[in-house]
Amino acid sequence: MSRLAKGGLIARDRPVRFRFDGRELTGFEGDTLASALLAHDVRLVGRSFKYHRPRGILCAGSEEPNALVKIGEGGASTPNIRATTQEIYQGLIAHSQNRFPSLRFDLMAVNDLMAPFFSAGFYYKTFMWPAAFWERFYEPMIRRAAGLGALSGAPDLARYDKGFAYCDLLIIGAGPAGLMAALAAGRAGLDVLVADEDFEAGGRLNSETLELDGAPARDWLTTTLAELSSMENVRLMTRTTVTGAYDGGIYGAVERVSHHLGDAPDAVPLEVFWRITARRVILASGAIERPIAFADNDRPGIMMASAVRSYVNRFAVAPGRDVSIFTNNDEGLRTARDLVAAGIGVVAVIDTRADVAADDEFLHLRGAEVIATKGRLGLREITVRASEQTRGQTRGQIQRIKTDCLVVSGGWNPSVHLSCHLGARPVWREDIAAFIAARGAVPGMVVAGAACGEMSAGAALGSGLAAAKTVMAALGGKVARLRAPKAGEEGVKISAFWHVRGGKGRAWLDFSNDVTVKDVALAHRENFRSVEHMKRYTTLGMAPDQGKLANMGALAVMADLTGRSVPETGTTTFRPPYTPVSMGVLGAHGRGVDFAPVRRVPSHELARELGAEMVEAGLWMRPAWYPRAGESHWRQSCDREALMVRQRVGISDVTSLGKIDVQGPDAAVFLDRVYANMISTLKVGRVRYAVMLREDGMVLDDGTVARFGARHFVVTTTTAAAGEVLRHLDFCAQVLWPDLDVMFTSVTEQWAQFAVAGPKSRELMSALCDAEITDEAFAFMGCGEVRLGSLVARLFRISFSGERAYEIAVPAEYGDGLVRLLDQEAARLGGGWYGMEALNVLRLEKGYVTHAELDGRVTADDVGLGAMVSAKKDCVGKVMSQREGLVCAERLQLVGLKPAGASKQLLGGAHLFNLGDEPVRQNDQGHITSQCFSPHLGHPIAQAMVLRGRSRIGETVRMVDHLREVQTLCEICSPVFIDPDGGRLRG
Amino acid sequence: MRLKCPLCGDRDAREFHYRGAAKLMERPEAGAGEAAFYDYVYLRENPVGANSELWFHELGCRAWLCVSRDVSSHEILSVELADAVKRGQA
Ligand SMILES: [Zn+2]
Repeated sequence: MSRLAKGGLIARDRPVRFRFDGRELTGFEGDTLASALLAHDVRLVGRSFKYHRPRGILCAGSEEPNALVKIGEGGASTPNIRATTQEIYQGLIAHSQNRFPSLRFDLMAVNDLMAPFFSAGFYYKTFMWPAAFWERFYEPMIRRAAGLGALSGAPDLARYDKGFAYCDLLIIGAGPAGLMAALAAGRAGLDVLVADEDFEAGGRLNSETLELDGAPARDWLTTTLAELSSMENVRLMTRTTVTGAYDGGIYGAVERVSHHLGDAPDAVPLEVFWRITARRVILASGAIERPIAFADNDRPGIMMASAVRSYVNRFAVAPGRDVSIFTNNDEGLRTARDLVAAGIGVVAVIDTRADVAADDEFLHLRGAEVIATKGRLGLREITVRASEQTRGQTRGQIQRIKTDCLVVSGGWNPSVHLSCHLGARPVWREDIAAFIAARGAVPGMVVAGAACGEMSAGAALGSGLAAAKTVMAALGGKVARLRAPKAGEEGVKISAFWHVRGGKGRAWLDFSNDVTVKDVALAHRENFRSVEHMKRYTTLGMAPDQGKLANMGALAVMADLTGRSVPETGTTTFRPPYTPVSMGVLGAHGRGVDFAPVRRVPSHELARELGAEMVEAGLWMRPAWYPRAGESHWRQSCDREALMVRQRVGISDVTSLGKIDVQGPDAAVFLDRVYANMISTLKVGRVRYAVMLREDGMVLDDGTVARFGARHFVVTTTTAAAGEVLRHLDFCAQVLWPDLDVMFTSVTEQWAQFAVAGPKSRELMSALCDAEITDEAFAFMGCGEVRLGSLVARLFRISFSGERAYEIAVPAEYGDGLVRLLDQEAARLGGGWYGMEALNVLRLEKGYVTHAELDGRVTADDVGLGAMVSAKKDCVGKVMSQREGLVCAERLQLVGLKPAGASKQLLGGAHLFNLGDEPVRQNDQGHITSQCFSPHLGHPIAQAMVLRGRSRIGETVRMVDHLREVQTLCEICSPVFIDPDGGRLRG
Repeated sequence: MRLKCPLCGDRDAREFHYRGAAKLMERPEAGAGEAAFYDYVYLRENPVGANSELWFHELGCRAWLCVSRDVSSHEILSVELADAVKRGQA
């Protein structure tokens, strides 16, 4: 056991049992999985991505590249969780990843011996030839060998949610700078939201032995958190990572709500994705310590200095017994003192700085470097080269040191990520050898603390207070008198040092993606010298940690090789998300019944009772066919329904068609301008079929216009285009002609509407309504009001089937009642319901078009409606519809098709070719837009867009469907297959 | 991104439908000819900086809006009701 006897922020009276790779272990509340594992001397926790190198815990935060584990089992498991951020809970089950068959003995580690073949760019070189091998062999092999954790393959059982938050001030990071800012802004009364990815607020105040105003920093932290939690205007969100900065003060954040709970109630989501809208933001995201590259610097037992202080001070865990330290800055000695204070032995401090004052408390090797390490599954020994100055000459002196933990500190990288998400580049600060966030990088964002290079606790507190004052000045508030506490800590002195030269083994830069100093050098040799090229060639920084530890080291190596400075070399682009975000939380509620709202037609309930199959039409669910006893195939139902309409009577729910009520003194003028045909001449009580164009001359939609009064029209749209048409009308009314006195609104949901079609439709309507429906009162294309008892309904004599037909509309609340009446009356006449499939058959037999034909590329003339474009007035799209090229004969024109050979199959989307022509694109004569089997005619029919089609009636063409490998000879014919004179229609 | 609708206040961009350049407000007269309409329908400036655009508050008050937006920073410089602009009242 390496748990220290005292200290730390763990609850020693609350033990927590958990399992790692089947081993039963115990930690305490307040432990992360990483700290609990270290407390049990578990040092080996994973295998690396490419070479399957044994890896241990390197960090203590979300930047951890090595210690990725799978939490949970089956559908409730989550892979690639950082052991350093996962809190333990009773019964937690964790597994190591990317190893076979076991963590200690991993067969895939053979990759490590093959390393020379897997250097940078190996994908591009090795697997070029033969091409067929890629899919069959190389890719499956690489995918098996390389990789992170695997998904369970079972549906994700977790619940995710979305959240929306608004605040005056969002503070990102609850360390000294963030908390000081929160205190100031909170006291000033601002609506403040503080987000921190840790489960304890406080940042490094939790992991360092600091004093503030002469007392332990923890005291100040406790008091401050108590005050903040007492303020109603301050909201502190822990376990919440702000992942991205977006335009307009919008920030994305992931809250891990129940990853730390073993038995969360079902209603509690696993994660919530927050969209936070903030008037101002203080970025107090701190800094991430960076490693130094040296030979075999990836062994379990080699850890970051800040992480070691965190494990010792916060989690009361000794990371080793004989600890050595390798540093280029003051953090080395600070760590040594913390270790000694906790009773842990420090065997050596290896300081790259030759000119630093010697510390006699430790073996302090100055101007020294670690050049080799030993210990395959855990560090045992390091080799140090200390330079010795004799008579002005530097001589290397090699010594071996037995050590089970090597602490590394290469300096600090301010966490500038969020300040760069809108495109700004960070700026270089030579004194700390690091990039800091640029001023004004994100509108409304102020950077404070270590993120802007204020590296000591005192400076961070001061800069947090200053940032709050800046924000208050901008928002017009006042900060109460407030003083930042005094900290004894000095700033860190650093001398830039990135990698040890001339070591034997591989020096790792990117632990996540297994990229070495040599790989970067190779990229440089092969002329991938811009950092963006180097990144993609070596894959450095492209792993889940996004190069948080690796990027700076790689830049420095590249800078060395090119003879430029680090700032001249530049950084790669910082993009959201800051840490990996699960697809589940991004898609929260985007699956199953939550995927989209459902619109149901008034006959939905009856359709279900009748066992109808439903089909989606946009958001609408529409009955597709109504199977009856003995019908096992949809075609049987569809054919029966279509014949029923032609022979007797059918009823269909057409509520989903868009209905727009248009009123006002200028209503007729307005409709003249938006429809291609003349509307103003329409008489009250009459309906007209109408076509609407886009301004570029193409057909936008078609529908009917009914006139109920001099200033009152009801227009219909297709189901698909209802939203687009209303938007277009709003555009015309508000943007083009605001001087017209016209008002309109969608009434689609307000009216339940049904088509009643067939020779017996008049009989049915007469039985339904109080008075007989005569042809005098309701001639073809007539409309008016009828009474059903006390209910006033609208009746339209319109048809989409070619039969005598009516559409009756009642206020939506009477929909179900009318549905049941219609059902009874239709049954009495030997009729019944018909669905979308039969509706499509009926309209194709009659030659009517839908959006299968009106696909946005056709003019009115193309579909045979050219005569409808009125010559007597202007309308939207009229001028452009007369353009050269749109009025010539060399256009695809709407025609009908019927099979003319042995094969009867007509397929939607299939293309047409002249007989004798090769069926290639250059010879294309057009395509089939819709097709069906016509039970009335006894064979398939289709509509097609054919080059010069109207002049080719009677010609034979060949339909070729390359996908389904079907060929059919077809005769081009009129698209009107039944009743061309309209005798049935008019009755 | 957020837009300040003159009728509804500060709202999320997802409530709005983006149409394009505000040039669409100046539809030529019927007799202006094909060239004028071609220009109106297809030809657009491609400025760096402020651009006048039409947005539709479709999931809000259904007002068409004249928006001045800096296309290089996405900063919203002004938002006005399109019908007021068209009537010369803005
Ligand atoms: Zn609005």
